[in-house]
Formats: sequence, C-alpha cells, structure tokens
Amino acid sequence: MSDGVLLTGGAGVLFAVLAAVALASAIAVVVARSPVHSALFLLLSFVLVAAIFILQQAEFVGAVQMLVYAGGIMVLFLFVVMLVNPGVTRSEKSFQHQWDVAVVLLPIFLLPFLYILGTEKLPDVPVKAEAFRMVGTRVVGNTEAVSWVLFRDYLVPFEVASVFLLVAMIGAVVLGKRSLEKMD
Amino acid sequence: MTITINHYLIVSFLLFSIGFLGVLVRRNFLTILMSIELMLNAVNLNLIAFSRRLSDLTGQVFSIFVITIAAGEAAIGLALTISFFRQKKTLDVEEAHTMQG
Repeated sequence: MSDGVLLTGGAGVLFAVLAAVALASAIAVVVARSPVHSALFLLLSFVLVAAIFILQQAEFVGAVQMLVYAGGIMVLFLFVVMLVNPGVTRSEKSFQHQWDVAVVLLPIFLLPFLYILGTEKLPDVPVKAEAFRMVGTRVVGNTEAVSWVLFRDYLVPFEVASVFLLVAMIGAVVLGKRSLEKMD
Repeated sequence: MTITINHYLIVSFLLFSIGFLGVLVRRNFLTILMSIELMLNAVNLNLIAFSRRLSDLTGQVFSIFVITIAAGEAAIGLALTISFFRQKKTLDVEEAHTMQG
C-alpha cells in the first residue's frame, strides 16, 4: 500500500461499519437514562474499537482492550451500578444544563482540528504492513514486537505504571473503607 | 473504500466529542465516568492509527499505558462514587456542592 492509505476495499468498508456502530453506541452511552444501559452500550463500543485495533494490525493492544476494558473495567462499572440503589440512579432529571459551555468549548476544539486536518502533512513514509511483527530483521508476532519495544525502550515508564497501579489500588481500598467506617 | 489517517482522526474526534458532551451534560456520576472512558478510548484510537501510519510501534506501547491509566482512573472514580453515594444517598453531581460553603 502506498502513500498513506491504511485500508482498502473490504477492510475499508468493515472499518466504516465498525466506526459507525461504535459512534452510535457511544451516543447511546451518553443519552441512555439507566446506567445499566449506558454500561452495556459502553461495552459494545469498547468491543468495536478493539476490532478496529485488530483491523489496524495492533492485535496485542486489541486483546488488551478486550481483557482490561471489556473484561475488567466494565465488570467494575456494573458491580457499582448493582451496589447503588437502582431507584435512585434512574432519576427524572438526568441532564444538567451545561449546553452553553459545550457550545462554547466544542468550536474551540473543532476549529484547530479542522485546521490541522486541512494543512498538516505527515512525513511521507510508506505504510509497511510487516513493521508490527518485526524485531530487527526477524519476523515474529505482534505481541513479541510490542514487548521488545515496551521492555527495551520504555522500561522506566512501565515500572512507573506499576507504582501508579499500586497507588490506585491502595487509594480505592482506603476510599471504600473510610466510607464504610463512617456508616457505623 | 479507501481509508486514510484522516478518517481515523474524524472518528476519534467524534468519539472524544461525544465523551466530552457526556461529561458536561449528564448529572449521573457513573455516566460521567463512562464518558471519561470514552474520551480515553478515542485517544487510543488516534495513537493506534498514527502508529500504523508511521510504521512505528511506539504508538501501540503508549496506548497500553493509556489503558493502564484508564484502569486506575476507573478504580479510583468508582471508589469515589461509592463514597459519594453513601454520604448523599444519590448519584446526582448537582448534590456535590459542599465546597461552595
């Protein structure tokens, strides 16, 4: 494939369908009244974006997206939805009136986006299909290629991420426990 | 159908905007958290698309970091949600006005 074309033919149509359904379910997340419906539409959106990742030859990230987002985070969300009283979460007034803020802020995002889309030229490197499964000159899988970059070039950020997860875990436990103690 | 990086940017922008609107207009604490997840996912889509366009694996590695951050953020956010619900008996963010004095 030459000059910046990422997908052609059937793969392109597949991308368009996946993206359209992902966007539709994202809208459904925002407008659904019940948090359970929001969570399920969010799950659908995550699965479709994972499919787009795999279409883009990022198989490992697609699998991680499925396991961590669709498997882990969504279960956590549904757990919390079940924990809180469903009668309270399904309120009549589910929208607050900040449309004016949205109307001001979205053009501030949109205009630079359109400007960049219209003017910016990416460096003219060819799109190499095999680049994501190569280590040096050896042809390996996408997972091994990603892990080489992750553990060779980004080892320190990787360790920082593990510390971050530890802090998040302790924080979540402390927050949950403190509110329990206040109840007694 | 020919797809270039611009199509990816447009999809990602729309996804981010939907999440952003969700954060602004919803009152439910949980739905706001889900909208933040949507925004993070849109960023991931961009990272993957540019990674493919430039034939560079760094984008994929960074999207793994973004997923890590999203997981931590969801855990803390949901703990806050439960804490908030126990105090106020509601998930309406309009009720979170203690700091206004």
